[in-house]
Parts: sequence; structure tokens; C-alpha cells
Amino acid sequence: MALLEVNNLCISFGGLRAVDDFNITIEKGELYGLIGPNGAGKTTVFNLLTGVYKPNEGIIRLDGKDITRKSTTEINHEGIARTFQNIRLFKDMSVIDNVKVGLSERFKYSMIEGILHIGNYKKVEKEMDEEAMKLLSVFDLDKERDTLAANLPYGKQRKLEIARAMATNPKLLLLDEPAAGMNPNETGELMDTIALVRKEFGMTILLIEHDMKLVSGICEKLTVLNFGRVLCQGETKTVLSDPEVIKAYLGE
Amino acid sequence: MSFLTYLISGLSLGSIYAIIALGYTMVYGIAKMLNFAHGDFIMVGCYIIFSVTGALSGNSAIGIIAAIVLCTLLGITTEFVAYRPLRGAASPLAVLITAIGVSYFLENVALLIFGADIKSFSSVIKWEGFTLADGQLRIQGVTIVTILVSVVVLVVLQLFIKKTKQGQAMLAASEDKGAAALMGINVNRTIMLTFAIGSALAAIAGALLCSAYPSLSPYTGAMPGIKAFVAAVLGGIGSIPGAMIGGLMLGIIEILSKTYISSQLSDAIVFGILVIVLLVKPTGILGKVIQEKV
Repeated sequence: MALLEVNNLCISFGGLRAVDDFNITIEKGELYGLIGPNGAGKTTVFNLLTGVYKPNEGIIRLDGKDITRKSTTEINHEGIARTFQNIRLFKDMSVIDNVKVGLSERFKYSMIEGILHIGNYKKVEKEMDEEAMKLLSVFDLDKERDTLAANLPYGKQRKLEIARAMATNPKLLLLDEPAAGMNPNETGELMDTIALVRKEFGMTILLIEHDMKLVSGICEKLTVLNFGRVLCQGETKTVLSDPEVIKAYLGE
Repeated sequence: MSFLTYLISGLSLGSIYAIIALGYTMVYGIAKMLNFAHGDFIMVGCYIIFSVTGALSGNSAIGIIAAIVLCTLLGITTEFVAYRPLRGAASPLAVLITAIGVSYFLENVALLIFGADIKSFSSVIKWEGFTLADGQLRIQGVTIVTILVSVVVLVVLQLFIKKTKQGQAMLAASEDKGAAALMGINVNRTIMLTFAIGSALAAIAGALLCSAYPSLSPYTGAMPGIKAFVAAVLGGIGSIPGAMIGGLMLGIIEILSKTYISSQLSDAIVFGILVIVLLVKPTGILGKVIQEKV
């Protein structure tokens, strides 16, 4: 059974069909790319998958379970985590606290225990710290644990966003233009990070990207969107040599 | 020596404003709304203490606990019934107007149940206090307790927000509700928790306020509520230490201007200072400057 199965997903804003009859099937462990020209509806697809928008039609199944109408919080609990095109870290919080926000749903103690610092409070907080540090060291951010997220350099902010998403223990990770605004060096480093996430966590990843070097370098399969519709779908090599795709990207 | 006496009573009044302002500022910081009914939660708390203590022939401890519990429930209910459905409404004014409506609603319910006559509230603090410097400096028990309680509240609240996962969830929701929800934080529950804490603080403030100024009417909470709002804005709304500083400043300024300038002008002076501070520093004393990107 596929990890993510999307059938006939549609959403309209006013008269505009932003996403129309969108289908995708992602197997466990795959690294899947979603590409297309600006305004093709890629981020809208992410917003549909994570519950920010509710689709007009269609079904989204994660691990066989229908999650189509669930709230963003519930969908995260079901196992989808994401990053954002324009970084949305909690900027006034430290690096480790950003990750701990992602962890907080899995580690429980009551509010009374928290206020009075009794019972499970100390034990659970310590476990959270350890878990957060483990994640931060995977992303090579452990030295910056107490830095405010806003003060991190750009490339590290991108990494921290991935670390925060990973802290929610997802089955599927959505990366929205992770290489946006990066120089070739940083992009190379990011590709290593993504490879590391797959190796360490066996993560299934769907990513939106414009950087063709990154896409052709790491994605196994691609879906090309154009004007809200799927233009082409399949193995990366086949898709990138498809005349329709070349036409949509480069013009005739 | 008399100056010291006034300073201490200013500190005490300021501590009450600070506790109320903490509620205002937390709700604003996290739910991004001004709960103008916050002052009336104080009044509700006072009436609960008044009734329960009366019914139990003077046992005010149970009265205070009942007030804290019932005010917390009132806060949660108000948020659920009146504010939550309007979250995400097209205009932020909708929820503001609703809050004013809740304020009048609570005042009029109190009017209906308890009548307009002023009840005399017997202090929940029986300790007389002590005199210093051969009887020249007298400090009342309620003054000391008020100051101590406000310090404890501030410290506990700061620790709660900085050091617990519920507090961190509040900070995250206050920065970016959408991102917090996508990271698995239940934003509705977090906002409900904020209202619960704010309302419990209102009940505590009510017990202290009516112990220091023992007259109770349906409008008891209105003026302290507005002054605490001023205190929160003065300190930088959304900032917890700011609410404390703003509250203490306001209390001291009010008492000193009542004593040395004019008791009728004291409110004018308090609000005048607010205007001046906001002209110089529009975000308040500890408020952060938010730069809008164009």
C-alpha cells in the first residue's frame, strides 16, 4: 500500500481552478519532486495536503487512512510535517525550543505538574531535551542550541525548519522550496542534509523545487504541474526529457 | 516617613494593577485580542468570595478557591461561546465589540442578582500588619500580602511560560498560529489555557482589590480593568515583565499624585502619562518594535 494516495483533488478560488484533478501516489521511502512553473499550484497542493485549505473534491489517504477533512493539527498528528517557502520559524525562541515545540505533542505531563515543577515534569523535560539535542546534532545545529532562531544564518534556518518538522515524528515530510535563496554551496549542503534525513530516519519526502540541479540530482520521481493540472508524472529522467515538460518550462 | 507610607501603598495598588494587567497582556499576546471583559471577571470573583464567605460564615479561604475555580470556568466558557467563533473573522473589531458586550452582560447580570447597592466586603486577610519607627510607619497586612502575591504570581508565570511545554506552545502560538498548528500544537486548547490562567489571575486580583478597598458593586471591576489595560500598554502589551512594571508604575503614580497634587486630578495624570509614554515610545516601555516589511 502506498504511503500517500491522492485522488482527483480539486480546489477553486472564486472562478480560478487553482488545483484541478490532482493525483499522486508516493511509496514509503521515496523522494518525490513536485515541480512546475510559477503559479502552477504547487504550494496550494501542499496547503491541501496539510489541511490549510479544504479541497472542493478529492480524497487524500495517508497510510490508507482518509485525512481529507481533518484540521492542520490533526493531520500533523497523523504524520505529515512540512516546511515553508518563506521560513516560518518561531523567531523569538531559541533553536532548541523550536524543536521542542515540534516534540511537545509526543511528550506528556499535566499543566499542574508544569506549574509546580513536580511529578513527571523534570523527567519528561529531560527526555525532551535529550531528544531535541539528538535531532539538532543530526542537523549539525547542536552548538547553536541557545541561539535565537532569528539570529541563525539563512542556511541554518532552513535546516532548523526541517529539524522542527522532523521533531513531530512524521511519516511524510513536505519541503516547500528548501533551496530557495541559497547559493550553490548551500544547495549542495542541503542535498546532503536531505540525503541524511532519508538515511537516518528512512523518511518519505515530497519536495517542491525550482533548482533543476537539485531535482534531477536527488528526486526519484517527479510530478509536473502546469496551470493547476498534472502535466506529466513518472521517473525523473523520463519526465525531464518529455517534450511537453520542456515546452512548459522553456517555451517553444 | 509619610512619603514612604504612600510609596508602599502605591506599590500595593500597583501590584493589584499588575496582576490584572498580566491577564490582559497574556490574552493579548497569545490570542491577539483585547478582552475588555477582563475587569468584570474581577467583579465576578469578588461577588463569589462575598457570597461564599457569607454563606460559610466567614471562611474566606474556601471563598477564594471557589472564586478562582469559577472565574477560570467563566473565562473558558466566555472564550468558547463568545470569542472562539469570531476568531478568524474578517475584522478584528468583531471580537473587540463582543468583548465589550460580554463586559456589559456581566455587569448587568450582577446588577440583577445583587442589586445596585454597594456591599461592604470584609477583607480576606485578617492579619493587621505591623508598625515601624515608633508607630510612624504603619504597614497593613493586606499591603504586604498583595505585594508578595504579585511577586509570586510573576515568578511562577515566567517560569511556566519559559520552562514548560504548555508555555512554549503559548509562545509558539503567539508568534505564528498557522505554523504552530502545522507542528501539531492544538492552538484552540492553548488559547483556552491562556484564558483560564488570565481569569484565575482576575479572581486573585479581585480578592486583593476588595480587601484593600472594601466596597463591592457591579462596577467594581470596570475602572481597575481599564487602568490595568493602561498598565499593560504602558509596559508594552504582550510582555509579561512589562505588565508588572506598568502596573507598579501606575499604582505609585496614582497614589503619589492623589497625595501631593490633587485626588480629583489623579486619573487625569495617570492617563496623561500614558499619552506621553506612547508618544515617545509607541510600543510601551518593554514593547518590541515590530518592523513591517514593505
